[in-house]
Amino acid sequence: MECINAKFVSQKISKIRWRPVSSSTLQQPDIFATGSWDNEDNKVSLWSVGEHGFSKMDDDFEGDPQLLCEYQHNGDVLGLQTLSVAQHWDRAHHYPCDSAPCTGVVCNSPEIVTVGEDGRVILFRVDHKGILRTIDNADSSTIHAVTFLRTTEVLTVNSFGQLKLWDFRQQGNEPAQILSLSGDRVPLHCVDRHPNQQHIVATGGQDGMLCIWDVRQDSMPFSLMKAHSAEMWEVHFHPSNPDHLFTCSEDGSLLHWENSTNSDTPSFLQGGRNTSIMSRSTVVPVGGNQSLTSSWLGGDSSKVHLEATHMLPTQTLPVNSLDVLGQCLVCGTDGEAIYVNKRVPV
Amino acid sequence: MEELQQAVSILLAVELIWNLCEVLFIEAAPAGALLRHLLDWVRLHKADVDEKAQEVLQSESPVQHQAYWDVVLCYVLQGRMEEAAQMLMKQASQQPAARAAYKLMDTLLTKMPVYSPGGTQTQTEFDVRWRQWHQECNRCLEDGSFASYSQLELICRILVGDEDTLLAQRERLSTWYHFLVTRLLYCHPIVKPTELHYYAQASMDMFLDARSGPEPLDSILLAAFEFDIHQVIKDCSIALNNWWFVAHLTDLLDHCKLLQSHNLHFGSNLREFLLLEYASGLFTHHSLWQLAVDYFDHCPEFGRVYLELQIERVPLDTEHKAVKVLRICEQRQMAEQVRSICKIMAKKALRNSRLGSALSWSIRAKDAAFATLISERFLQEYCSHGTFSDLDLIDNLGSAMLLSDRLTFLGKYREFHKLYGEKRFAEGARLLLSLMTAKIAPRNFWMTLLTDALPLLEQKQVIFSAEQTYELMRCLEEAGRWDLNGPSCSRILQEDDIEATKVELLRLALARNLALAIVKEGTIEV
Repeated sequence: MECINAKFVSQKISKIRWRPVSSSTLQQPDIFATGSWDNEDNKVSLWSVGEHGFSKMDDDFEGDPQLLCEYQHNGDVLGLQTLSVAQHWDRAHHYPCDSAPCTGVVCNSPEIVTVGEDGRVILFRVDHKGILRTIDNADSSTIHAVTFLRTTEVLTVNSFGQLKLWDFRQQGNEPAQILSLSGDRVPLHCVDRHPNQQHIVATGGQDGMLCIWDVRQDSMPFSLMKAHSAEMWEVHFHPSNPDHLFTCSEDGSLLHWENSTNSDTPSFLQGGRNTSIMSRSTVVPVGGNQSLTSSWLGGDSSKVHLEATHMLPTQTLPVNSLDVLGQCLVCGTDGEAIYVNKRVPV
Repeated sequence: MEELQQAVSILLAVELIWNLCEVLFIEAAPAGALLRHLLDWVRLHKADVDEKAQEVLQSESPVQHQAYWDVVLCYVLQGRMEEAAQMLMKQASQQPAARAAYKLMDTLLTKMPVYSPGGTQTQTEFDVRWRQWHQECNRCLEDGSFASYSQLELICRILVGDEDTLLAQRERLSTWYHFLVTRLLYCHPIVKPTELHYYAQASMDMFLDARSGPEPLDSILLAAFEFDIHQVIKDCSIALNNWWFVAHLTDLLDHCKLLQSHNLHFGSNLREFLLLEYASGLFTHHSLWQLAVDYFDHCPEFGRVYLELQIERVPLDTEHKAVKVLRICEQRQMAEQVRSICKIMAKKALRNSRLGSALSWSIRAKDAAFATLISERFLQEYCSHGTFSDLDLIDNLGSAMLLSDRLTFLGKYREFHKLYGEKRFAEGARLLLSLMTAKIAPRNFWMTLLTDALPLLEQKQVIFSAEQTYELMRCLEEAGRWDLNGPSCSRILQEDDIEATKVELLRLALARNLALAIVKEGTIEV
């Protein structure tokens, strides 16, 4: 916990992402980008974190100012390629008479997919000036987030609590699959796919529930956990160590979930502020194939052990965004602060 | 650039006042310790002497440096005897001839008694020792020990507390409060808090030009020396152009129980009034409104009311922001505000034809009336286009269906269409009938429902039983009656014709079905 560094940046941070480092080098990531919100002039800025023991942050240089950012949200910045090729797709998301906010962006080079409050899913290509493909009226409610499932499939979540699977190989404007929670229609705000197993997806909703889904199964989520007391803004699987999951929320906390099967160390010996889950229900898939399931979909709850640790020292103003790469975690809050932790135990 | 300079100078002034308030009001040090704190205060706000000293020490020959004596004198004026003595030693080593004089000065400087609170000596003991030392310094002056060394003599005069000498150091002191503290140090080291304002007023009069009136900062500091908290707050409010400093200072003093609470005509007590003013100002800021919420939370009497009024006026450009505002309201159980914000968002969505969004906002606000409105829109679209839009929404309503009757009807009607599509005619028929008999369907829709029943009636096999057919007939009659009495009296003749034909067809179909049903039910299977 002592290795958390806070820096106040005079802008509320809405999105924060590490610049990807190539996996061949063993160096830690040191540059990240932030996007601000709620300012009259919003900015996307690049920051660098030094290499010394306790990182000091230098505001190296600022990226493009005013990137249409009243409509915040820059998703994954695809490293240097996207930064040097500045494209501007104006009014891609729109209402009949007005511009609509674009709520999510995801890249799988060279394709970019965006979703917005107008319920459209739009496909771009980095080198293409125009829009490659639009799925009009993909959703009658706002689409909050999008993620790539496979190279041609994306998964979106909307404010009606549904996950929709879109296949770009198919023509037409219908989703290939719809999954949803039965019961209350709680808006889902974020989604992330397991890095190695493409059928496992985690979502976070307005009520702070963390759900793990198996996309191959129909409808129901695999497990539900009460993670936060307010909206969950982002959920991320750790890219190289997928037994670890990170979530951040409107209630000002950032949780680190660790999925350990057959853990011998009793929880009181593990450091940090631990909060064990209050209610957890796992639904074993009916007639499902258990041999290929990962630890996230483990059926026997006595063997699977889920620990959640608070990553921020105190409850702050809402945490809007986080990113984790290697051992480095960075997050941005409404308290106009950026927190960097370079020694995340993964 | 000028603005920044101005801002910096205001910030420095504010810091000065804040620290003084800390010393006088919160520390509330008694005589003896009070002077130590005031010395710290002055040293903190006159830090340029350290920079100069660094410069001098780092030069090749510190003694020859032009700022050398400047530094020494500043040290003495601030009561930093050790440092002054150390600096002087450099000079002493350069002038062996004057060694005696320098030694004497060194003694005087290092032997000055310093009152340490909580130490073994009492105030009277300290007083005695101090007077002795003071007399020693005087004797040195009269003796002429420093006669040939003008600088040392100057220092000795300062040590003695000679007013004229101190006044002559105007440039080095630069402010009247520095003058005040130095004067106290060398004349009245055990000054009592109650006596402070006499000396303050006197110092100010002596130091400042009689012609120009006191600056706002000066009167604020003077009010502080007089221990008049309310005057300090008042003057600060007037001098500064926003409530930030005053609100926080008052809050701090209130927590230390230093403010007597007398009720104002508005805003309960002074602290709350100022905090409310400050927070209201914050709310008008495009991004700092989130912080203002916390301030309102800490105003017990009027905070909530103010928050309720202000939070509805935050401009909501994106759903992201609206969600955050709603969370703030929900955490404080402000149901009214939740409803109104959701309504605003739902109306916006409706205007942009985002029916799903509108519905999800109504669900969050549990707004049945609006949900009814949205369902009407859906049904209108169905009537005009013949198909449902946004099937993904209607098919997956789930428990949200129960929010409003119209919504339930919409969901069930869609279900009927699905059943029909799956050729589950019997179930569909039952559903259709129940929609009318259970009065879930709105009256103006009954004709449409009955028209939907036509294909079922026309089927080869009998789907509606006799009982059901009687029900349908009754519904048709009721629908007909309602149409006549209904508000839609101004209908075009053409429509009347179509309506009449429809009714005819229905009557025919129903009669035929009734016949078939009676026969079927009456037949005994052999």
